[in-house]
Amino acid sequence: MKWTRRDVLKGLGGLPILGSIWWAGTANALVKSKDRSEILEQLKIQPSLPSALPEIGGSPIRLGIIGFGIRGEQLCRALGFATQDWLDEMKLEEETTGNTQLKEFLDQEKLNIQMTAVCDVFDVRAEHVIASFSTPEHTVKRFTTYQEMIQSGEVDAVIIATPDHWHAPMAIEALNNNVHAYVEKPMTHTIEETYQLRDAAENSEALLMVGHQHRQTLSFKTANDIVKKGVLGHVSIIQTFTNRNDDNGAWNYDIHEKANEQTIDWDLFLGSAPKIPFNKNHFFRWRKWWAYGSGLSGDLLTHDYDRLNCVLGMGIPTSVTASGGIYTHNDGRNVPDVLQVNMEFPDFSTGSSQPKGKEKGMAFTYSATLGNGFSRPTILMGHDGSMELGNNLTVWPDNGSTKYAAMIEEGKMKPNVPIYHYNPGANMPDAVSSATSQYFADKGLMWTYIDGVRVNSTYLHLREWLSCIRNGGTLSCGINEGFDEAISAHMTGLAYKLGRRIEWDQEQQLIVPIEGVNFDEVLLSST
Amino acid sequence: MTGTLQKESLTKSLVFLRILIGWHFLYEGVIKLFNPDWTAFGYLATAQGPFDWLFISLTNESIIGWVDTLNMITLIFVGITLILGMYEKLGALAGMVLLGMYYFAHPPFPWLEQLNVEGSYWFVNKNLIELAALWVLYQYPTGSYFGLGYLKHQKTNTAKTPQL
Ligand SMILES: NC(=O)c1ccc[n+]([C@@H]2O[C@H](COP(=O)([O-])OP(=O)(O)OC[C@H]3O[C@@H](n4cnc5c(N)ncnc54)[C@H](O)[C@@H]3O)[C@@H](O)[C@H]2O)c1
Repeated sequence: MKWTRRDVLKGLGGLPILGSIWWAGTANALVKSKDRSEILEQLKIQPSLPSALPEIGGSPIRLGIIGFGIRGEQLCRALGFATQDWLDEMKLEEETTGNTQLKEFLDQEKLNIQMTAVCDVFDVRAEHVIASFSTPEHTVKRFTTYQEMIQSGEVDAVIIATPDHWHAPMAIEALNNNVHAYVEKPMTHTIEETYQLRDAAENSEALLMVGHQHRQTLSFKTANDIVKKGVLGHVSIIQTFTNRNDDNGAWNYDIHEKANEQTIDWDLFLGSAPKIPFNKNHFFRWRKWWAYGSGLSGDLLTHDYDRLNCVLGMGIPTSVTASGGIYTHNDGRNVPDVLQVNMEFPDFSTGSSQPKGKEKGMAFTYSATLGNGFSRPTILMGHDGSMELGNNLTVWPDNGSTKYAAMIEEGKMKPNVPIYHYNPGANMPDAVSSATSQYFADKGLMWTYIDGVRVNSTYLHLREWLSCIRNGGTLSCGINEGFDEAISAHMTGLAYKLGRRIEWDQEQQLIVPIEGVNFDEVLLSST
Repeated sequence: MTGTLQKESLTKSLVFLRILIGWHFLYEGVIKLFNPDWTAFGYLATAQGPFDWLFISLTNESIIGWVDTLNMITLIFVGITLILGMYEKLGALAGMVLLGMYYFAHPPFPWLEQLNVEGSYWFVNKNLIELAALWVLYQYPTGSYFGLGYLKHQKTNTAKTPQL
């Protein structure tokens, strides 16, 4: 057949259109990926991968749980032990709201452990453990006191999830008996205890792990790499926050209906705390009083401080000032519910892109309220860039950056457009983040993947501890990290209560004394 | 007479619509083809509405790679068939399936929080409208007017009709 011009036009007219679009798409994608690799090349960030841990082999590690309250229950779940109530509740939620927690729990890899013992001063909770975690072969045994449990020879390791004033005595007892201990944060309640616990840990064959599970968060390891590579330049200030505005957030937890003097061993709860008559409010909401807890500085600042100490390793601040008050929950508590903290690190530096000696020193701020829930993100602010730190990471270049001056000038970087975005949930690093990936980041797809399985960080933290017990290795939150955390929190408590600047003497390894002031007395006092 | 004229201008506008939609699909597909990091993971993982479980299950490590590839190939296939005017019915059908999935992954239902959208929608959004447009194209193929179909058509015509 012979093709007329009309045939060609009408029959093949689509071809040039197709060609152009293909060309445009390729060109566009290539330019983008070139810009992106240029930025990534300059940043040299390596998204961290989960570290492989050796098997926990041999006979099962025998565990005892001390304190089966809110946190104790979470820790047991992370270890693979859930109560029937929780399983039923999650089953229901799975059906009604699509909550996937049950599936995640069931998918969690089983650890080589045996839950052999429980110690809790509240009968209901101790019995709950026995009923839930006993197996046909083995009944969980209840011990009245932690000393009896630790000395029984029936536990290789203990989990300590009691109120703060019990952390150190229990951990020290365990370590002195060469029983491994996982102790919740804050590591200690007083300054003296902090040193005693450090001695005990250093002299024990057993391992002490402090319960800052976020040390396992993959994004923090990447954040560490980002800072080390000088992506942010000299970080001069870090802002951290607590924003909560509900009963749970203000530590007004439910009071159990079966709580009474018969079901609770009140004296054992009090321990070193001032002897007062039975008080349910104190028992369930102990965080509100200095005698058992330490409010914002011990309960929540410690998380933020340790997150940054994990990323930067800046150690104990040279000095701390703090102020605040009871402004949102005047309900009989004596710890502040609004707190502003400034920690100074005049000798610390994350590196510099400017002439030597110009930049040195950093401030860490913590601003907390229990009367407003507007989310303020954690930001590290450097001369060359800023980073939002969370489960996801986002890095923006700074308009005044020395390091990126040329790229900003050429328009390859823009101060309001992130140059790096890390989202472990999406399984890919993404430079020059689009509005879309920004949104997904904010939404908090905050899962960590290990070989394609979504896991919770508390499980990873406990597994690391158990693996080190069996195989050796370094703990990511051992006594040194715990010591930094505890001292920084206590300095903050003192600064708030005394209304004075509290200083740390790095050489002497002690808080600079103030004449006529007994620091531990101040910390424990009710005002 | 007016009937055929009207029909001709309708055909032309449908060809125009066909090219535009093909353009849209092809470009989306090509961009994904040349971006090795692209993945539908985020879009699927945040799915909402009655079929969220289905989309979330597609994010499974073992199949997300297939999902991404299949999505890209289908986008390009729809684009090519619509632009070239060949197998366009099949292309329209495949496009409708894709759009239907996009629609239900993040449906603009008033009781769901509208995530990451640039306009305001109430049950109807652009995905649904494009889907409806493809439905029209499916019923009214125009490849034999403009496209590879035209050549096929002409060839059979030449065979049958003696030249004058
Ligand atoms: N790492 C985290 O994310 C995280 C989260 C929540 C709590 N925590 C920490 O966990 C600890 C416990 O907090 P919680 O919210 O579970 O408190 P909680 O009051 O709910 O539980 C404490 C439990 O310890 C028991 N207990 C008290 N004194 C005891 C004693 N002398 N011997 C044995 N058992 C005793 C109580 O009966 C109670 O069951 C706190 O130090 C808290 O800071 C950590």
